[in-house]
Amino acid sequence: MYEMQKIEKKFPGVHALKAVDFQVKRGEIVGLVGENGAGKSTLMKVIYGAYAPDSGKILKDGKEVRFGSPIKALEAGIGMVFQEQSLILNLSVMENIFLGNEAQFRRAGLINWKAMADAARKQLKKVKLDIDPSRKTSSLSFAQRQLVELAKVLTLEERVQGDLVILLDEPTSVLAKEEVELLFGIIRDLTKRASFIFVSHRMDEVLAISDRIYVMKDGAVVDVVAKGKATIEDIQHKMVGRAVNKEYYRERRQKPYDESRVLVELDGVSLPGRVRDISFKLHAGEVLCLVGAEGSGREGIVRAIYGMITPTVGSLKIKGKPLQQTTPRFAAEAGVGYIPRERKVEGIVSGMNVFENMTLSQQQRFSKGGVLKIAAEKALARDWIKKLAIKASSENADCGNLSGGNQQKVVLSKWRSGGSDIMLLDHPTRGLDIGAKEDVYEMVRDMSDDGAAILLVADTFEEAIGLAHTIIVVKDGKMQKRFDYKPGAKPEPYDLLHHMV
Amino acid sequence: MQNVLTRDNLLKWAPLLVLLALVLFFSVINPNFLSLRNFARLSISASPALMVAVGVTFIIIMGSIDLSMEGAVSALAVIFCYLLVWLGGSVAGLGCIAIPAILLLGAIVGAINGYIHVKLRIPSFMSSLAMGFVGTGAAVLMTGGNIVKIDDEVFRSLLTYRLLGFPLMAYVAFAFLLLGWVIQSYTRLGRNFYAVGGGEDLAHASGVHVKRVRVLGFALAGFFFSVAGLLQVAKLGQAESVTGANLMFISITSVVVGGVALWGGIGGVWNALVGVLIVAVINNGMIVIGIPDFIQDGLLGLLVIVAVVLSTDRRSVAFVK
Repeated sequence: MYEMQKIEKKFPGVHALKAVDFQVKRGEIVGLVGENGAGKSTLMKVIYGAYAPDSGKILKDGKEVRFGSPIKALEAGIGMVFQEQSLILNLSVMENIFLGNEAQFRRAGLINWKAMADAARKQLKKVKLDIDPSRKTSSLSFAQRQLVELAKVLTLEERVQGDLVILLDEPTSVLAKEEVELLFGIIRDLTKRASFIFVSHRMDEVLAISDRIYVMKDGAVVDVVAKGKATIEDIQHKMVGRAVNKEYYRERRQKPYDESRVLVELDGVSLPGRVRDISFKLHAGEVLCLVGAEGSGREGIVRAIYGMITPTVGSLKIKGKPLQQTTPRFAAEAGVGYIPRERKVEGIVSGMNVFENMTLSQQQRFSKGGVLKIAAEKALARDWIKKLAIKASSENADCGNLSGGNQQKVVLSKWRSGGSDIMLLDHPTRGLDIGAKEDVYEMVRDMSDDGAAILLVADTFEEAIGLAHTIIVVKDGKMQKRFDYKPGAKPEPYDLLHHMV
Repeated sequence: MQNVLTRDNLLKWAPLLVLLALVLFFSVINPNFLSLRNFARLSISASPALMVAVGVTFIIIMGSIDLSMEGAVSALAVIFCYLLVWLGGSVAGLGCIAIPAILLLGAIVGAINGYIHVKLRIPSFMSSLAMGFVGTGAAVLMTGGNIVKIDDEVFRSLLTYRLLGFPLMAYVAFAFLLLGWVIQSYTRLGRNFYAVGGGEDLAHASGVHVKRVRVLGFALAGFFFSVAGLLQVAKLGQAESVTGANLMFISITSVVVGGVALWGGIGGVWNALVGVLIVAVINNGMIVIGIPDFIQDGLLGLLVIVAVVLSTDRRSVAFVK
């Protein structure tokens, strides 16, 4: 009914999809699993029309189709239920359901609210949700919103010819257990109306609901597993696949850390939200990696050390002292540097040039009586451009025009040049190509050699295992398991995954 | 270097090109436009507006807006006149204290303005607009609706004394423009305006004291508004509750026409200068070529829209609110 043949997609430096074949039959629920960066999200984007593939064929109901945009995909009966819920919270339920699609209720330019409410009720019935369609969406629970979103996609049934394919991206991530059961019941029930593609990190759920499961790894489908033919372990083995290339992560440069110098100490720290009772010590020269699924609380821990979140319970000490105030300013002064995941939002100011970005966190040092020492700033920037081989025309180049890898180097030099010796790296290699990733790994080793402590939230298991002295697995806000390793005696990705899900 | 005509370069210099084109246009229609006398007249009308525009430029670079200028200028001008009269009536004597006093007061009023915006978490648009009305109200209250006259020869020499054909106030305005440029380019505060406007979260995460930067920014704007108030008094020889009238439209449009982006992070005081000159040239030029004054306002509005379209890069803005 829906079929992809030899789909290819390349981005600069990344081969995101390699000859992917994918098939959905009528009334089927197809699972899609893979590690972060395996190509799942790219495949999803191709399916719902956000990306056009470079080559390959997509067949819907036997006819070849090409979607230039998600709207075109919708018109062909392919809908998407987003992970970050895409409802507009200040509108009513029915307005959300028929957003962009109100024309059918228009009489002489005005909207017939009663007709819309009736139609909305009909859609809500499909997902067995008995609420007033004129309610504000913000007053609904997460589970109810998820169902409204599903109802919104199901309006396609009346609007388009042919069978429906509905993509569910991590639909259970914000739901409680009984709500998941309820959702699964509804989805199974809806298979007479539509086919589903189910994407999730929770392996047990994927196994429970899917008729077939596609396993992705490095941009390719490595296996298709039929229902009941595999255990969680089998699938996990397929997901992580090949052995780690040790040199890639500069493992030979990993040295034992200095156990006598504790730079960061967390003792029984709980954070607003779900993070509870986190304790660990971070030493000079150590690379400590937090591993866990999206939303497990890793980022919260990192942000707490950087003073962006105040712990509710427990003590957080940096170099033996608690922060005077929990703000980034005091954390930065204590020597903490933060490399955020969203480079564009929190990493670099894109209107500012290289030297201005580098000294943004250390203006104290580069000014006297409020007047900047611009010559000194430029000298510093030139020095670091050379040191890290940053590809920029000069220290006056606008940072917004640099490539991702070079932006990352600017952020790194911003903190390192200021003498930060506690580095928090949140997905430092996300979106970088392989060469740029290796540069980042090299820099991690350099920093360790200089005695800096590094807390890492890695993009993949391999990266975590390759770089870390210590790995802490976080699940649902709690510390699940701690691993200490030496080069050559590292665990397999499978060992970690086992504790994550 | 080979390719000077890049899009970025064109955008950078567009406001200046617009200004030159306008000068050329008016000169062709009426050669009297291109005379020293006319330019001197132009500089008198532009000087107070330039000071307001420089002040508000810093705020707009931060991605905020300050709309308190009309009330602030009126109130500061009135207070200055009373103070000068009370101190003997001449800046040659004790009255000279009135000038630094007003500059300081302007900065304090601006700081209060910024403090209200930051502490009570009111959008700067609303808090500053409200503060502007407070200023206008205060001016009416103090004057009782009357005019306060100043006839201090020394102070009025800002208008009457000419150097190379231009009045002294034009040089004073230029000196303060240079001060603004130094603050913008060579101080931490100036750098932080850009950091806050370009990425407030990032600035915060880099340890910049964002709230303090904001309050200081508004204080700086208030300081420049007080300079504008002084120049208005010098120009008119009097102060009243409408001394600051019209400055809001002129200054904001000047800044935008000059190429300072309303969403923050881009532009500077030189853009403000070019913008003020564009608006002043349009205004003055329309008088010189004899367009009826009731049409002038409408035309000015339209020209501002055209100038904004030509001189700003709107690609990077997904939604315009």
